[in-house]
Amino acid sequence: MARTAIEARGINKWFGEEPIRTHAVKDVSFEASFGEMLYVVGPSGSGKTTMLSMISGILRPSSGTVQVEDADIWSLSSDELAAFRLKRIGFVFQDYHLFPRLTTAENVAIPLILQHREWNAAVEEAERNLEIVGLRNRAPLPPVKLSGGEQQRVAIARAIVSRPDILIFDEPTASLDGDTGRNIVSFVREHLLTDQRCIVIVTHDARIYEFADRILRMEDGRVTGIERSQLDAQ
Amino acid sequence: MPGILLIAYKLLINDRAKFAALLVGITFAVFLMIEMTSLFAGILSRSSSTVINIGASVWVMDPAVQTVANTIPLPDYVLDEVRSVPGVKYAVPLYSGGALLKLRDGTYQSANVIGLDDTSLFGRPQMLSGNIEDIFAENAFIAIQDAEFYKLQNPHIGTEFELNDHRGVIVGIARVASSALFGVPTLYTTYNRALQYIPNSRFTMSYLLVEPKSPADVATIKAQVKAAGYLALTRDEFVQKISDFYMYQTGIGTNMMLMTLISFIVGLSISGQTFYTFILENIDKFGALKAIGAKGRELVEMILFQATFVALTGYGLGVGLCAALIWIARSHLPDYAAMITFGNLAMAFVMVVIIAAISSYVGVRKVLRIEPFDIFRG
Repeated sequence: MARTAIEARGINKWFGEEPIRTHAVKDVSFEASFGEMLYVVGPSGSGKTTMLSMISGILRPSSGTVQVEDADIWSLSSDELAAFRLKRIGFVFQDYHLFPRLTTAENVAIPLILQHREWNAAVEEAERNLEIVGLRNRAPLPPVKLSGGEQQRVAIARAIVSRPDILIFDEPTASLDGDTGRNIVSFVREHLLTDQRCIVIVTHDARIYEFADRILRMEDGRVTGIERSQLDAQ
Repeated sequence: MPGILLIAYKLLINDRAKFAALLVGITFAVFLMIEMTSLFAGILSRSSSTVINIGASVWVMDPAVQTVANTIPLPDYVLDEVRSVPGVKYAVPLYSGGALLKLRDGTYQSANVIGLDDTSLFGRPQMLSGNIEDIFAENAFIAIQDAEFYKLQNPHIGTEFELNDHRGVIVGIARVASSALFGVPTLYTTYNRALQYIPNSRFTMSYLLVEPKSPADVATIKAQVKAAGYLALTRDEFVQKISDFYMYQTGIGTNMMLMTLISFIVGLSISGQTFYTFILENIDKFGALKAIGAKGRELVEMILFQATFVALTGYGLGVGLCAALIWIARSHLPDYAAMITFGNLAMAFVMVVIIAAISSYVGVRKVLRIEPFDIFRG
């Protein structure tokens, strides 16, 4: 049986104050395991991004707990939480958030630089990771010179450069055409998913559901179902 | 350099338009601040040129004197009284006054005439040509080669002129440490010849120059002179008194300070606004860094580094620009009175630090408030 990577128990999130208080995430509980690719799907406003932020140590839940392996991440101090994200979690943001004033390799090296790795060593390591995503030759270019798909792969290289065991993708195919999106997710499944890594993807792109191990459906802040994907069926 | 600061550096300088705007803002502000205060320092320095050039330790004068050019003649007995004060090594009279010269071509030129004590020639200038002893020759004057020298039609030894229908002859060319403020050339002669050539009031001594036996005697001399109804000031005190007059009793000081303040506000506005825009444009990047795992302290370090780097670079460029302008102006305008002092540099530096601090404070507040969750929400 696979080890549990993330365990969310009864997490709730409210935004704002009465009378315009919003209950964005309602009593959500689930588990994600190492070696698993978990999708969180649902319509816009269903609370999936909020839930993703809470399990990745970015947004404090109003109530409930989030365990990553045996650690309750929301009992950590803000500095400890930052260190936790830096070491254990790799983020691929919807808009990539690459730095246009840095080269592609320098963008990828950022997590290593935040870990106080020496600049040149970090950039060399970043170039090796760019090789994994097939963009070694783009290393000296600024990200603005790259296509959308290439920028997505640079963001992926940045997410994996510090060897995190949890990868978080927020709408990875939102800015890409159908084929490119599928290729990217296929690549992630094939090359990045290991027994030591858990990948959580927030999406509402049904064209990539086939790559999931499990799909967690959300609606109106609640989990409405968790289902095995076609991969398991195969 | 730590990697996080290198990221900050690259973010800053690779945004060339913003970086240039920031540098221009700071450089312009520093340039204006230093230029204004340098002009003021130059004016103040020149206003005390006679005090600096003569170099006496203690000056005795009428208490109503406000500047060195505004002389109130002293009666002769004051000289004897001061010489009798215990602690006075020697005391000599000095004449300082204006005269109208008729030059070789018939034109008239105002000049400042310094009459040195005939016996000691105390306060004599450094000779460039001719001998100081020639000052005792008939009708002898020494011309000072300063920024105003050309107004005497560049005289040489033997050049003649008229002063109150007296014949005057240049017997030497000399130089002094500081040019005068009011743009007139300076002639040195003996005290008695100055009195003889220039019409005077009943009293004739402009100042008494006193050398104390020791620095400890200065207090006694000042007290005794005060008891006699006059004022004794050390050289530094006299320079300060003159500076205070120009600073507080004329509009010059107020105007210069206002201009300096305006320069500061202009610099702060340009740099603060540009830096704030720079932070706003990169706010999502800072948020992404925070989400990835950068600590708040590291983001603050990045912003402080960027603000400090811009401030120091702009400061250096501003100082360089100001120095270059003063150098160019002096080479074309001999009368140009501007002097960069350590005080000017320190004041401009403090103001630049304030500009950087205010600019970065706004940025730091903005960056610390950004929530990584906002990055997810787009």
